[in-house]
Amino acid sequence: MKTDIILAGVGGQGILTIAASIGYAALHDNLNLKQSEVHGMSQRGGAVQSHMRLSSNPIASDLIPLGSADVILSVEPMESLRYLPYLSKNGWIITNSLPFINIPNYPEYQKILDEINKIPNHVLIDADKIAEEAGSVKSSNIVMLGAASPYIEMSYESFIEGIKKLFGRKSEEMVNLNIKAFDLGRKISMEKKK
Amino acid sequence: MDKILLLADEAIAQAAIDAGLSGVYAYPGTPSTEITEYIQASEEGKSGKIRSQWAANEKTAYEAALGMSYAGKRALVCMKHVGLNVAADGFINSAITGTNGGLVIVVADDPSMHSSQNEQDSRFYGKFAMIPMFEPADQQEAYDIVYQAFDLSEYFKLPVMVRIVTRLAHSRAGIVRRAAKAQKNTQIPDDSKRFVLLPAIARQRYKSLLGQQKEMMEIAYNSPFNKFTNHSNKSIGIIACGITYNYLLENFPDGNIPYPVLKLSHYPISQQLISQVYDECETVLVLEDGYPFVEEQLRGIMGVGTRIHGRMNGILPRDGELTPDIVGAALGLKQNIKVTEIPEVVTNRPPSFCKGCAHIDIYTALNEALKDYTPGRVFADIGCYTLGALPPFNAINSCVDMGASITMAKGAYEAGLQPAVAVIGDSTFTHSGMTGLLDAVNDNVGITVIIADNATTGMTGGQKSSATGRIEQICEGLGVEKEHIVVFNPLKKNHEEAVALLKKELEYKGVSVIIGRRECIQTLSRKHRN
Repeated sequence: MKTDIILAGVGGQGILTIAASIGYAALHDNLNLKQSEVHGMSQRGGAVQSHMRLSSNPIASDLIPLGSADVILSVEPMESLRYLPYLSKNGWIITNSLPFINIPNYPEYQKILDEINKIPNHVLIDADKIAEEAGSVKSSNIVMLGAASPYIEMSYESFIEGIKKLFGRKSEEMVNLNIKAFDLGRKISMEKKK
Repeated sequence: MDKILLLADEAIAQAAIDAGLSGVYAYPGTPSTEITEYIQASEEGKSGKIRSQWAANEKTAYEAALGMSYAGKRALVCMKHVGLNVAADGFINSAITGTNGGLVIVVADDPSMHSSQNEQDSRFYGKFAMIPMFEPADQQEAYDIVYQAFDLSEYFKLPVMVRIVTRLAHSRAGIVRRAAKAQKNTQIPDDSKRFVLLPAIARQRYKSLLGQQKEMMEIAYNSPFNKFTNHSNKSIGIIACGITYNYLLENFPDGNIPYPVLKLSHYPISQQLISQVYDECETVLVLEDGYPFVEEQLRGIMGVGTRIHGRMNGILPRDGELTPDIVGAALGLKQNIKVTEIPEVVTNRPPSFCKGCAHIDIYTALNEALKDYTPGRVFADIGCYTLGALPPFNAINSCVDMGASITMAKGAYEAGLQPAVAVIGDSTFTHSGMTGLLDAVNDNVGITVIIADNATTGMTGGQKSSATGRIEQICEGLGVEKEHIVVFNPLKKNHEEAVALLKKELEYKGVSVIIGRRECIQTLSRKHRN
């Protein structure tokens, strides 16, 4: 198997939580993994991305080549579009629909939606609302992970292992909350995939 | 052994721990910070078995590491590329004194300047110092190299440098560890005179360093980290340094590269190795992240090597980091791949101050206090507050190097720009601002120094700042008059008070220090979470 994922968002939104969760899941599956991330200045509210590569074969580059990402997983709608040159022909965009507006010239929201809708393979979800249903808006990133999970070649159980490993240090309650969030996100995506 | 998932920075830290490290010395700097943080968070770090506190700057870090090495123990010193400029004095001279316990210096370069002021290539420093140097291609190699580098340092009695780049430093992969070694005992060098660099001794020592070069090259020739793979197609020979080797491999998914390839990760450059590619192939393509370090040496001043391709003849871009796509294009592969363009609606999202950051209040007050003066008199420094250059603040006119705010303000004042203002963070102040403040006091210049004291090293993620709680005492000790050392709390509600005191000190004809003190919003919220 091979899945190349671009994780996208704004510094401070916590895309590295998603990355860590996938990382644990991949370790559980004994997959090779390379994950390049951004630290430093851009973490202060700038555009941030992480290249995450999973494969049953050895992985060479830490960076995903252009036109070859299987998934763009974005926690912010405009940010999902910033990395389009990386998306492969049959790749999927999975993005949160809630804009994060920290710049004065944030574009008109409808125009962003129009662009996302131009990509045939997309899943647009209001992850924050779904996370609230699950019990806490804080788990919106895990809703997004759930929504992306059908497009990442790993089993459901592996993702759950990843979540347990990541949140298990905190509390059993956190684990259950995030599994619920994951399930809700996954369900929406599965329906779309049909 | 099971694999553990580590950033290359963390793999380096784990390798040093496993190699019997006694101390790590560093000042935070992206992309090197996580090396020291990993050691601080380790059992050995927490228990104090390995000393790991942050140093005031890279120079003090380097010298302390050299002291630990002198006393027989293994020391690691880490910094970002520009940090080596600060540590350069001790670094270069430590190649003359030599070392005792293994001394490894890890320098993290930042091609493409993700979080830096330049993209200088530290390999020039390694060559300048004439010491063995490594450039790992991946995370496992970063581990393996550092694990062995201490032995090599002890063999040559020289510091050994490991150069990494951002993309490796901040990329994670599975690592296999090796057996942990015990720490060394305290043991002064047999010939401690070599550490006394009187000219007569230094001359001898320099000859001895020169005499070691041949053996360094022989070891590099036989190094497991340099790898030559031959192939019958000699139309191109490729020299791939460090991480670029992975970008090359990425372009050949089946693993078969149809040209001779030299993967280069261990310096000094072995002529014997290079000639395997150079003598046999019609053209040579040099892939390196950073400056054309190898390429320039291959070409020489006369540029006789017209058959050399790389960053200097436009086959590769002259600046910025390489990528698998750039390397593929240089090899004439994947030229017709169609990618989706970024839609026009996507706007830039530059970094900005965190909501509630004290720097916002400091700049709002400063801008108002300065509105009756002509513009162009605010010299800032390296840190989050550099973001004051961006709208809506447009508050600063310079950001050059650690500590340059105070000294540049002083020089500008002396050129007639009166008053002149410096803006510097608390950690940057103790890193390199204190000596400049002493100069300002000695010349009694009318500068106003604003120390934005958020009680942390903020930009790199909130590391301990050297002199939290002692800033006023330091300024007083350096000779700033007590009544011109003023502290205020940068909050919206204190805006008028801040403007008034800034205006007052701007008029003062001597050195004043205004400390805007409020904790970093990031470290504060982290405390609340835990």
